[in-house]
Amino acid sequence: MRETARTAAMAGLGVLVGGIALKTGASHTVWQIDPYKCSWCGLCATACVLQPSAVKCVQIYPMCGYCKLCTGYFEPEPNALNTAAENQLCPTGAIKRRALEDPYFEYSIEEELCIGCAKCVKGCTLFGNGSFHLQIRHDRCVNCNECSIAVVCPAQAISRVPADQPYKFKSREHHA
Amino acid sequence: MERFPPPDFESGYTFPPTTAPPPRADLMQYVDVAVLLAALALAAYFVLKLRSRKHVFWLTVFSVAYFGFYRKGCICSVGSTQDVALALFNSHYTLPWSVLAFFLLPLVFALFFGRVFCAAVCPLGAIQELVVVKPRTLPPWLEHGLSVIPFIYLGAGILFAATGSAFLFCQYDPFVSLYRRSGAFAMVALGGVFLLLGTMIGRPYCRFLCPYGALLSLCSRVSRHNVTLLPDDCVHCQLCDVACPYGAIREPTGLLPTPTPQQLWQRRLVFGGLAVLLVLGGGWLGRQLAVPFSKLNPTVALAEQVAAEATGKAWQMTDASKVFHDSGKPAEELYAQALRIRQRFTVGGMLWGALAGLVLGVKLLSLVQFDRRRCSFEPDPGQCVACARCYTHCPNEQARIKREQRAKTIPLSAAPAGASVTKNA
Ligand code: SF4
Ligand code: SF4
Ligand code: SF4
Ligand code: SF4
Ligand code: SF4
Repeated sequence: MRETARTAAMAGLGVLVGGIALKTGASHTVWQIDPYKCSWCGLCATACVLQPSAVKCVQIYPMCGYCKLCTGYFEPEPNALNTAAENQLCPTGAIKRRALEDPYFEYSIEEELCIGCAKCVKGCTLFGNGSFHLQIRHDRCVNCNECSIAVVCPAQAISRVPADQPYKFKSREHHA
Repeated sequence: MERFPPPDFESGYTFPPTTAPPPRADLMQYVDVAVLLAALALAAYFVLKLRSRKHVFWLTVFSVAYFGFYRKGCICSVGSTQDVALALFNSHYTLPWSVLAFFLLPLVFALFFGRVFCAAVCPLGAIQELVVVKPRTLPPWLEHGLSVIPFIYLGAGILFAATGSAFLFCQYDPFVSLYRRSGAFAMVALGGVFLLLGTMIGRPYCRFLCPYGALLSLCSRVSRHNVTLLPDDCVHCQLCDVACPYGAIREPTGLLPTPTPQQLWQRRLVFGGLAVLLVLGGGWLGRQLAVPFSKLNPTVALAEQVAAEATGKAWQMTDASKVFHDSGKPAEELYAQALRIRQRFTVGGMLWGALAGLVLGVKLLSLVQFDRRRCSFEPDPGQCVACARCYTHCPNEQARIKREQRAKTIPLSAAPAGASVTKNA
């Protein structure tokens, strides 16, 4: 009796493996955001199992306009165009502004502070060049069985990607 | 869109790179699977061959450290069930091979050696194993009642994963936030509650929720080797029963009043009929639940929202519907997709409900009929998580270990003739 049942169970598992063997990725995969699909809803900041989120904003420097009035950096109607806290859009002050040669400014992101709330991404995408965008940072991400952001992402922008190409950065070429 | 042309810098400014920290190396997947395999083999050896609680305990500590804190509770076999279900029913999902291995290996081991995965390898079980202080026995009705939940939960998890809606086991995994030392407060609190409860009720998650445990228990029931006490010289002292924190030791059937064959038949008829009714009723109920359940699927939820907006029932757009409108895709396509998913929920919900009914029915039947007679105290292969506690508490087991040790130091041939060793040699 038990012998038969065991054999049956083994056979069942065998069929199961056969059924999904074709679908088993030979390569390793990780979760990533497609920045061209992301709608900057801000759920990334709260939905990740990690707190703060494994999702961080990245800056693609060659795409940035280096504008004095950065719509990803400043509040929509800032009191002044300076680094005072009340003028900054980012709730955690994660974006650093540095004056370069006149009239350009460099905006870089201190990832330790960024919580992935996408406020800057929204500003930059709507009114700027869209060089700020969100990416799942793999030094933090624990590669959950199912990414909990992917479940709630309204734009369905998160999917598994091959681990040898773990980032989907924006680029000037793709943008043009 | 490029609204502001990036400047041409005169002072030789170079663009800083955007760093791209790499994911865990591919190789580490092999390491994980190898560690799993080694831990399973060791657990089987410690439980069935060495019969040593001490060894099992240290392996448990290792699992908490490695699979729990170092690997942050992911990947785990409990969650892998859903990946497998999703891959089976969804052609777009590529299942990582290591996830498949995590799903299969413990089941195969269970078919041969019982629930050795639960004994000391599973990070969820291991952490509960370490907090058992003063376990109490639950009243049988409660124990039986709660023990059907894992099967029903398993069915629900497969249903939601297969329709691409949600991974319930991961979302409601009580210990993963603890291992990651982060996460929503509610989940951390839930983990705490389970651990607190676990000090008095042995392994509450394993016994009354774990869906993978349900699969393992099925495999373990037909397994080749299981945890066994020594029925030959059982003195019915019941110490193993007292020692088992998980209520897995079954009493000898001879000690229980046996119903007359007539009574047995009557009960079988009544409960068998009840089981059939339960299956039918469950199927019907599952079908009714298909619509509310399907709302948990993001595509169905979006379609409902878009439809509500179109008919003026919804005033505000949601994030998802905004994105959808911006994409310019036709609503009909979305509706058709949602309908397909809902149909899957109808079929799946019916199957799930029938399964729930079947589980309840089988449970009822198992309560009235004793198919296996036992003349001594025995661990129930389905329930026993192979923690090896009963070994240390059984006086005869201890005596046997002593005898064996002595036999090693004093060769049997040198023993005086007629000594009791001959019986056990
Ligand atoms: S949840 Fe999706 S849409 Fe929202 S910010 Fe994250 S990736 Fe973008
Ligand atoms: S605004 Fe939000 S996403 Fe942007 S840098 Fe700050 S925390 Fe990160
Ligand atoms: S896979 Fe997990 S850790 Fe990574 S971004 Fe998604 S939820 Fe966060
Ligand atoms: S019952 Fe589930 S949670 Fe408990 S040890 Fe077994 S697989 Fe892990
Ligand atoms: S502890 Fe050993 S001797 Fe006592 S009842 Fe259990 S199996 Fe029998």
